[in-house]
Amino acid sequence: MAMTARQRAKVSLYVQAGIFVVAVAALILATDWKTIGNSVFNFAKIGPMFPDIFLIGLKNTLIYTALGFIVGLSGGLLLALMKLSSFPLYRWIATGYIEFFRGIPALLVFIAFGYGVPLAFGVQWNVTIVVMISLGMVAAAYIAETLRAGLQAVPKGQLEAARSLGMPQWRAMVSIVIPQAFRIVLPPLTNEVILLTKDSSLIYVLGLTASQYELTKFGRDGISSLGAGLTPLLVAGAFYLVITIPLSLLARKFESRSARTKR
Amino acid sequence: MNDVENNARGTAVHAAGVSLKDLRKSYGSNEVLKGISLDVAPGEVVCLIGPSGSGKSTLLRCVNLLEQPNEGTIHVGGFEATDPDVDIDKMRRKVGMVFQQFNLFPHLNAQQNCTIAQTKVLKRSQGEADTVARANLERVGLGHLADRFPDQLSGGQQQRVAIARALSMDPQLMLFDEPTSALDPETVGDVLSVMRNLAKEGMTMLVVTHEMGFAREVADRVVFMDGGVVVEEGVAEQVISAPKQSRTKEFLKRVLDPTHIDISE
Ligand SMILES: Nc1ncnc2c1ncn2[C@@H]1O[C@H](COP(=O)(O)OP(=O)(O)OP(=O)(O)O)[C@@H](O)[C@H]1O
Ligand SMILES: [Mg+2]
Repeated sequence: MAMTARQRAKVSLYVQAGIFVVAVAALILATDWKTIGNSVFNFAKIGPMFPDIFLIGLKNTLIYTALGFIVGLSGGLLLALMKLSSFPLYRWIATGYIEFFRGIPALLVFIAFGYGVPLAFGVQWNVTIVVMISLGMVAAAYIAETLRAGLQAVPKGQLEAARSLGMPQWRAMVSIVIPQAFRIVLPPLTNEVILLTKDSSLIYVLGLTASQYELTKFGRDGISSLGAGLTPLLVAGAFYLVITIPLSLLARKFESRSARTKR
Repeated sequence: MNDVENNARGTAVHAAGVSLKDLRKSYGSNEVLKGISLDVAPGEVVCLIGPSGSGKSTLLRCVNLLEQPNEGTIHVGGFEATDPDVDIDKMRRKVGMVFQQFNLFPHLNAQQNCTIAQTKVLKRSQGEADTVARANLERVGLGHLADRFPDQLSGGQQQRVAIARALSMDPQLMLFDEPTSALDPETVGDVLSVMRNLAKEGMTMLVVTHEMGFAREVADRVVFMDGGVVVEEGVAEQVISAPKQSRTKEFLKRVLDPTHIDISE
């Protein structure tokens, strides 16, 4: 039975499709749809989640993410500049910081700043401050590496041209190098925001008052109070996707734009 | 405002001289400048020629301290650039530099390229900076393209914007490092004619170039460098047409007749 390479590829494709269909059919037949319907897709009982999950949960998730991003971006820029500094001490501090915060789970940081630091130093922090610090400090470590790569991607001639016009180093960085670096890092930075959006859920380890609940907390509370099984988590997950998918599309748009024009 | 009008009309208001004494520069153990002494009088145009790797760019970059020399002194106008206490940024405002690769700021349009240092460094008002930028873009023949971004301009146009950008700071000295080497042949002429006009207006210019026609016509003096030393210098016509040193002769033979292949090399 002689077949051309093309025919062989076609047959192989049919076989793969066949296996897939059989597997899906078996899964559907073997599934206890009644139980699943009650415990995962039980949308009849989730009415009480609304409108609070939208008005409070989504809003807080967005606020926590934004605060974390602002702190992370400022801190990340500072760390990136330190890492590129000609002064070794700055480089060491920045490297130490970045390696430390990228190397430990973000959850530990939340616990440390949510419980450990207030206990150890006798300070009273509200949730907003804890989110800003915890999320911001972790984000700073990741964003620093992204920005450093972006700063290094700006040709050296740009700095030289700026300096030759009499700009001091800081001015050349602020007006010439950093704006160009930001264009380069826009796509990875958008991805950073997606990660932050998801990490903002870690705030659940702290005691939150009702007005501080974010999406994940709504989902978890819904599981224990509504008797709709996992359905509330599904709802919370859908809200995350409402934030993250547009961001993802945005990142792709930035990418194709910077691929099209070098500017 | 007086300065501005004068410049727009095309008269150098001030011109600064350059004086280099026994300049030495090494990268690691590689000594690139081996004791260079060179004077450029205010208003004079000096072309620097020499083979690749002879240290021309390094010399030029030492003048505005993009490179730190290891030894020797540099005077630019009233500044001693090699004085450890010199205000480098203040000195650089007087010295315009034009690069082989243009180095325009790609995130700014032509006009903004010419205003940013005026407003941020010279603290001119936006309105004044715009007027000056506009005048200098007109001066290089690109007033109508002020809104274009660098990637919307040809190489020759980009280089002319780069010249306008430098001129917008009202420099007293202009440094050019092979300004036409990266250009398509048909745009070289535009850039050279801008430089020719600048020379006529009395600007002090130190130009690294391989354009012997330009050097012969525009330069007051030509300096030939090889291996980090000045081998020969003199009146442009004399150095180019009747060089005294054999190394100069060799070099010119190669530059003036690119098809000539020197088998001894
Ligand atoms: N940043 C640097 N680090 C190390 N060596 C350098 C550096 N810049 C230049 N050099 C070396 O110094 C020498 C002179 O370089 P320079 O760029 O001044 O030559 P040039 O005369 O301008 O040559 P070209 O005509 O090719 O531009 C070369 O051997 C080069 O390799
Ligand atoms: Mg060079």
